Amino acid sequence: MIEVEGLTVRFGGVTPIDEMTVVFPGGTCGLIGPNGAGKTTFFNVLSGFVKPAAGSIRAFGDDIFKMADFRRARWGLRRTFQQEQAITSLSVFDNVAMVHEHSGGIRSSRRHEILDALAFVGLEVSPREKAGLLGARDRRLLEIARATVGKPRVVLLDEPGAGLPAEETVHLGQVIERIPERFGALVILVDHDMSLVSACCETTAVLDFGKLIASGPTAEVLRNEHVIRAYLGTEEQL
Amino acid sequence: MTRVRGIEVERGQIVRVLVIAALFALALFAVPELIGIYWVKILTAAAIYSVVALGLGLLYGRVGMVSLCQIALLAVGAWTATRMLYGTGLPFPIVLLIAGLVTAVIGTVVGLPALRISGLHLALITLMFAGTITLVLQIIHFPNGGGGFQGQLSLGELQDFRNIRRPGIATSDPGYYRYTLVVAALMFLLALWQIASKPGRAWAAIRESEPAALAAGVNITRYKLLAFALASFMTGVAGGLLAGSAGALSPVAFPTQDSIVLLAVILMGGIYSLWGAVVAGLLVRLLPALLENWGVSIYLSFLLFGIGVLQVLATAPGGLVDQVPKDVRRLGRLISHGVGRMAGARGPAG
Repeated sequence: MIEVEGLTVRFGGVTPIDEMTVVFPGGTCGLIGPNGAGKTTFFNVLSGFVKPAAGSIRAFGDDIFKMADFRRARWGLRRTFQQEQAITSLSVFDNVAMVHEHSGGIRSSRRHEILDALAFVGLEVSPREKAGLLGARDRRLLEIARATVGKPRVVLLDEPGAGLPAEETVHLGQVIERIPERFGALVILVDHDMSLVSACCETTAVLDFGKLIASGPTAEVLRNEHVIRAYLGTEEQL
Repeated sequence: MTRVRGIEVERGQIVRVLVIAALFALALFAVPELIGIYWVKILTAAAIYSVVALGLGLLYGRVGMVSLCQIALLAVGAWTATRMLYGTGLPFPIVLLIAGLVTAVIGTVVGLPALRISGLHLALITLMFAGTITLVLQIIHFPNGGGGFQGQLSLGELQDFRNIRRPGIATSDPGYYRYTLVVAALMFLLALWQIASKPGRAWAAIRESEPAALAAGVNITRYKLLAFALASFMTGVAGGLLAGSAGALSPVAFPTQDSIVLLAVILMGGIYSLWGAVVAGLLVRLLPALLENWGVSIYLSFLLFGIGVLQVLATAPGGLVDQVPKDVRRLGRLISHGVGRMAGARGPAG
């Protein structure tokens, strides 16, 4: 469970997150909203890239802000990026090894856990292959393998389906859906693909201009007229 | 694929290791027998500068931090080793180690700004440090066997001057060449080991994406400083080797601009490969000697380096070690195509 209370972020005169109070109960939680709503900023606050002006975040009872940014991966906080960040000069195996060894993974089971993570996401390339030679879909899967290797507790997925054709998003959705049961981790999924969000997420929170406008079971939230007006526009169909 | 002690090793890798070992043995035993003392000394210097280039390649090629003070750090290592070799009876390897450690401390302090800044500004700061070292050297000079911190002989004692001592097992020039080659090889192995393990993966992540490194749990501060410490350590050890090779050292051997030339030659050699450092050492020490031998001005090498860097930046970011094998393969294909076409023209073949 992640409890966010009164979270406010200010960049100069802009307030990308304004008094956000929300609870992510567990499982896979969606976080949606129009562009510029503050979703990625929220992830960046969790990662420690952005310092909030006010508010607190407790994850499984621990105060996130008390941990140094690079220590959060060791605690179990993992993420992917809107623009995938596969380390192109490293092999597929080393990409995942990099996370495992720097986030406190146990050395003796490293090889096994890395291959396990690669199998879990369904990446069907040789672990020796350089990540730079992978296609868009495989890079996304590699990032998810990096985010789930070892003992993840919170996995933040920032538009993992961006730029992928629809048939590949289906496989992605199946992988995301299985993260909570497999690792016991809480997943927060940011994506514009509503079919992906409704397929994966039991609960969803909606941000608009830095303010939380709805949260609850996904189906209810997506029927909420505020959400439809703010996010989906009146003409667009679900 | 074969398994060696539980690690999967490709046959190609085994072959590569064998070829490198053979080349090393050749350089170690055959080369000093085949060439004169002058060229042995030149190759000794080339091996030393390869280690310096290796340090810069580590910083720039692996972590993405520009440093324009590597020759200044070489001077720091050389100065420290010279002072120890005159002032103490410590064994040569211990002196090399201390020179490396002292240089590592100073190099890490110089690297502190890299935690906040990068690119052009970091280059400027390190260049200014190099300038400072040049200035300090002109004031305190290299020790020449006297007492005190500076180790300077007074005018009356100058007849007591003796050369900087060498290790007992390597007093001759070919012997010292072999000694240098072995130490340089150890530095390359140290770099290889670090790059292939945890620090190397952290550096790759830092170079390509600091956010991804941070999200993976990489302590960026620690690994940036580790890179500076390691590169400076190697450079300090190289300085110690240089002290033993020269007999006597002068500040004019470490001009500030040499640090910039070093960046040029490592870019030409190949910044992403350890072989690039070997090529860089040869370019910066062997090429000018060859030019001089052919009766051409050694300043032509600067011009060649300039053109070389332009060519690398424009068309071959992997440098010579990446480009030459590709070109050779392309040439091979062209020739085999040509031969095939000629054979085809002569008559229909099965």
